[in-house]
Amino acid sequence: MYQFDYQRPETLDEAVALLKEDCKLLAGGQTLLPTMKQRLAQPEALVDLGAIDSLRGVCPDDDKLAIGAMTTHAEVASKADIPALACLAAGIGDPQVRNRGTIGGSVANNDPAADYPAALLGLNAQVTTNKRVINADDFFVDLFETALEENEIIINVTFPRPQAAAYVKFDNPASRYAIVGVFVAKTGSGVRVAVTGAGPCVFRHKGLETALNNNFSAQAIEGVSVSAAGLNSDIHASADYRANLIKVLTKRAVAQIGG
Amino acid sequence: MPTVSMTVNGKQVTADIAPNTLLVSFLRENLRLTGTHVGCDTSQCGACVIHINGESAKSCTMLALQADGAEVTTIEGLAKGNDLHPMQKAFQENHGLQCGFCTTGMIMSAVDLVKKHGKPDDATIRKGLEGNICRCTGYQNIVKSVKAAAQEMEG
Amino acid sequence: MGTQTGIGASVKRKEDKRFIIGKGRYLDDISRPGQTYGYFIRSPHAHAKITSLDSTAALKAPGVVAVLTGPDMQADGIGPLICGWGITSKDGTPHKAPAHPALAIGRVRYVGHQVALVVAETLQQARDAAELVEIEYEELDHVIEVGDALAAGAPQIHDDVPGNLSFDWELGDRGKTDAAIGSAHHVTRMKLRNNRLIPNAMEPRAALGDYDSGTDEITLYTTSQNPHVHRLVLSAFNGVAPEHKLRVIAPDVGGGFGSKIFIYSEETVCAWATKKLNRPVKWTAERSESFLSDAHGRDHETFAEMAFDANGKILGLKVSTKANVGCYLSTFASAVPTYLYGTLLSGQYTIPAIYCEVQAGFTNTAPVDAYRGAGRPEATYVVERMIEIGAREMGIDPAEIRKRNFIAPDAYPYETPVIMTYDSGNYALAMDKALEAIDYNGFVSRKAQSQAKGKLRGIGFSAFIEACGIAPSAAVGSLGAGVGLWESAQVRFNPTGSVTVFTGSHSHGQGHETTFAQIISDQLGVPIDQVEISHGDTGKVPFGMGTYGSRSLAVGGSAIMKAIDKIVEKSKKIAAHTLEASVEDIEHAGGIFKVAGTDKQMTMAEIAFSAYVPHNYPADVEPGMDETAFYDPLNFTFPAGTHIAEVEIDPDTGTTEILDWVAVDDFGNVINPMIVEGQVHGGIAQGIGQALLENCVYDKESGQLLTGSYMDYCMPRADDLPTFRVQTINTPCTTNPLGVKGCGEAGAISAPAALMNAITNALGKEIDMPATPEKVWRAAQGL
Repeated sequence: MYQFDYQRPETLDEAVALLKEDCKLLAGGQTLLPTMKQRLAQPEALVDLGAIDSLRGVCPDDDKLAIGAMTTHAEVASKADIPALACLAAGIGDPQVRNRGTIGGSVANNDPAADYPAALLGLNAQVTTNKRVINADDFFVDLFETALEENEIIINVTFPRPQAAAYVKFDNPASRYAIVGVFVAKTGSGVRVAVTGAGPCVFRHKGLETALNNNFSAQAIEGVSVSAAGLNSDIHASADYRANLIKVLTKRAVAQIGG
Repeated sequence: MPTVSMTVNGKQVTADIAPNTLLVSFLRENLRLTGTHVGCDTSQCGACVIHINGESAKSCTMLALQADGAEVTTIEGLAKGNDLHPMQKAFQENHGLQCGFCTTGMIMSAVDLVKKHGKPDDATIRKGLEGNICRCTGYQNIVKSVKAAAQEMEG
Repeated sequence: MGTQTGIGASVKRKEDKRFIIGKGRYLDDISRPGQTYGYFIRSPHAHAKITSLDSTAALKAPGVVAVLTGPDMQADGIGPLICGWGITSKDGTPHKAPAHPALAIGRVRYVGHQVALVVAETLQQARDAAELVEIEYEELDHVIEVGDALAAGAPQIHDDVPGNLSFDWELGDRGKTDAAIGSAHHVTRMKLRNNRLIPNAMEPRAALGDYDSGTDEITLYTTSQNPHVHRLVLSAFNGVAPEHKLRVIAPDVGGGFGSKIFIYSEETVCAWATKKLNRPVKWTAERSESFLSDAHGRDHETFAEMAFDANGKILGLKVSTKANVGCYLSTFASAVPTYLYGTLLSGQYTIPAIYCEVQAGFTNTAPVDAYRGAGRPEATYVVERMIEIGAREMGIDPAEIRKRNFIAPDAYPYETPVIMTYDSGNYALAMDKALEAIDYNGFVSRKAQSQAKGKLRGIGFSAFIEACGIAPSAAVGSLGAGVGLWESAQVRFNPTGSVTVFTGSHSHGQGHETTFAQIISDQLGVPIDQVEISHGDTGKVPFGMGTYGSRSLAVGGSAIMKAIDKIVEKSKKIAAHTLEASVEDIEHAGGIFKVAGTDKQMTMAEIAFSAYVPHNYPADVEPGMDETAFYDPLNFTFPAGTHIAEVEIDPDTGTTEILDWVAVDDFGNVINPMIVEGQVHGGIAQGIGQALLENCVYDKESGQLLTGSYMDYCMPRADDLPTFRVQTINTPCTTNPLGVKGCGEAGAISAPAALMNAITNALGKEIDMPATPEKVWRAAQGL
């Protein structure tokens, strides 16, 4: 690792004040630190959010669930009362990663194969920062790119409660990231199908959503054509195979929900 | 250089360290607690697992400064004096180790696993050891060890 | 003797204590006063000329002690790395093994190739300074696959190796085999790919050179399976130091699987640099360096033909293999695809005619050498896939076709057409027990149940054989080995009756500290906690050829038995003198020396004390009780067995679940069944890894290693594997005093064929390893 300055503020305001160019926020560090160890990132300073208690915790409400940015995957897995979300968190990385990694860190990083983006997009969540509220549909911009601006810190993520939801993931056998992960949610405004791992960025599959809005059943998916165009192709899975998985996993998610 | 203070295996330690010092380096090099190992550079092998405030974590993927004020337990602090922890005993009783390199991290993960799952079945143990790679044992006797220790650790 | 700590007992391991409390002493745990840290600069290119290297800026960086390069080593007279086994090609010419300097000179030949060592006061400083070394490369065309490397017009990797061909070797009778194929009722023909693997012992390789200018002695701490072989080669060939001024210590070593046999660049450089700089120099690989530069395993492209008569009796086997040896011949690289491969192609079967030819090709990849099984998994894969496919094509049950071809239990010693003489075995017995354990008769209904759930179920066999306990020195010498393959043991009684055994075998997970102590306890009646096994230090152990090829017990254990014989012989003389009897009348069993027909006796402890306090002592006997023996085996040993795998495939995703695994292995006599079972588990896990998960992939376009970390190289984890059901049968080996055959590699040798036979049985189609979900899905969907 290269040398860097390190700060550990205790309030959000202090953290915001410390942000400057070439500075990175350190949340759980489960992605950032390995990247820095390999000298692939060279921030001049790290602002560790670990001591800001207000960023941590799961706050259930009647119609929504707010999760503080510094809440670990393990806490979400054990405390989130949206089962599909808890189940998704319980399948991220491994137990040690879940004990350190945080929802805010994962969402801000927007790894194309990360799990959380599928939940945010599938549940139409809102990302609250120190500056504004961003809808999930607008948040995930592209490969490792989000709508977050410099000097913007995620405070929490708020998930509206769905009527029903399920997340089904096909693990990369080596890294345990998603080769494909599909989050299906029945919401007040219709069915949402969010796909992670398959493309350069998490996306909603409109074809599948339309089919499921007409007929929420596994059979309804049979007729949908899932194109491999634009999907990822690597040593683990071709675009064609990923396209197949999107369909198969969507069916399984629908079956789990009871469609 | 910033100062870090933490409790390691019940002892208070304080040191001035460079910010880029990983917790595992601090334990191995500053404190000479070499039972915590480094087997990879991508946070996957789990040879470096320790407990931080009672939760298992990969010490290769933490800065020492992030552990400021924390209670850290390493493999060296697991036994109570000469009394081995039930998990340590179970690994020996059930031939849960061969070369021993992954073992210390494996034991630390397994202790946390049993703490969270009580009496886990085989599938839960296998899933729960996802973050630890062993190249020697084929895991069968590790699973057996964890199961046996879970019986002893109860209550 | 059958005591609780003797031969046959599942004694809990003596070595475990230090490992479970974090007191193991692996290489990176060792530090020397005044130690410096080395960081290797490695080639980012698959093939390039080094046009310039400028270390001016790096040398000015904080803490930097030196930047050392290949030309520096050459100037100091350090010789290149060697290959220790000479192979002769069909045309009588010796194999081509181009000079392999420990640090590159003028040209790099693979990504990860060691170019320079930066030495600094801290590792951080060395790494920082490495970025200041300015190296200019002129890229050259590269080639990754062996088939491409051996094709006309391929980029030339070494100027003195035309066509990138190291050797073109053959074994067996070509004419007879062609005739058998020509007249056969049925011939099965297949292309088989044995995928390239990266060993991944969990402890990364490391080295620490420590020069003492007072004694002019270099101590090299290194992660070695064979420290004496390291000392021999580093002294005789690399010229690092004379043998008596070089001490090699391999402390606790965290797994080897073959990858720590070889004499690598990094340890050679550390041994040289410590004297040059008069400072200890330590290097510990990061995992990504291990991926790039540990010797890889397997990587064969094979075309095989197996000829059958109408009853499924094999008439002949013809095998043509292209073996990728990487960019240089590593220490034992030439033996692996030849004498550890071709010689095993008879499997467990009476095959009248066998012919094997192997072309070894250089590529712009890391060197390929022995990895758990080394040649024998490749041979087993060919034989066991071919017979299975033959059975399918001919409509014969796969268990039945094997039984029709097994060597009969009364046919030993059995000479194969590929120069091996099997001493013992009972292949049908292992098969029958395995069939019973897996409930073979119930498979049809289990398959129907799977089908009802929309799943594909398959069952697969592997009746493997291996040649272990390498090896008779004269035999391997005649085949090209540069060394003898005996082993040594020193059994030293202390005056108080405790024992220290110095063995040339090296334990890096195998449990020698327990198994070898059991032999002493069993034979000499010494309580097992009074026996210490010392290994891994050329300063302590007389000599040793090390641990690989499942040889430690068969060869190292036999050396201990020979030393025990000497102890007993001497003890009898002392007992006879003390008990006033003739030596011929002294009977020995389990450490009790008795005058025949009387109740007069002495214990081993009493005799040992007498040997060190020889007040009343035979005049013609030396004092002391310390015997050394060297044992050269009479033959290889031939562990064998049957593994059966049962799988269920999800055709929608291509996921394979291993539902059951039965292994019935014949390892001859077993000293510690618990340890043997553990070895089998680990071997099977690695075999499953090869068949299902692991694959080393270089990008053909860029020459970069794509599977350079655990993010992309898929190691078997606990939830990838089933519970294995393991049992043994025991037909003792007839050629060593313990009757043992060796068990370390069996699982890795047997498992890939069993699993691939099961998967292809389920699919009804052939696919190559690894059977990734996508590959399986494509086959299941007919894509």
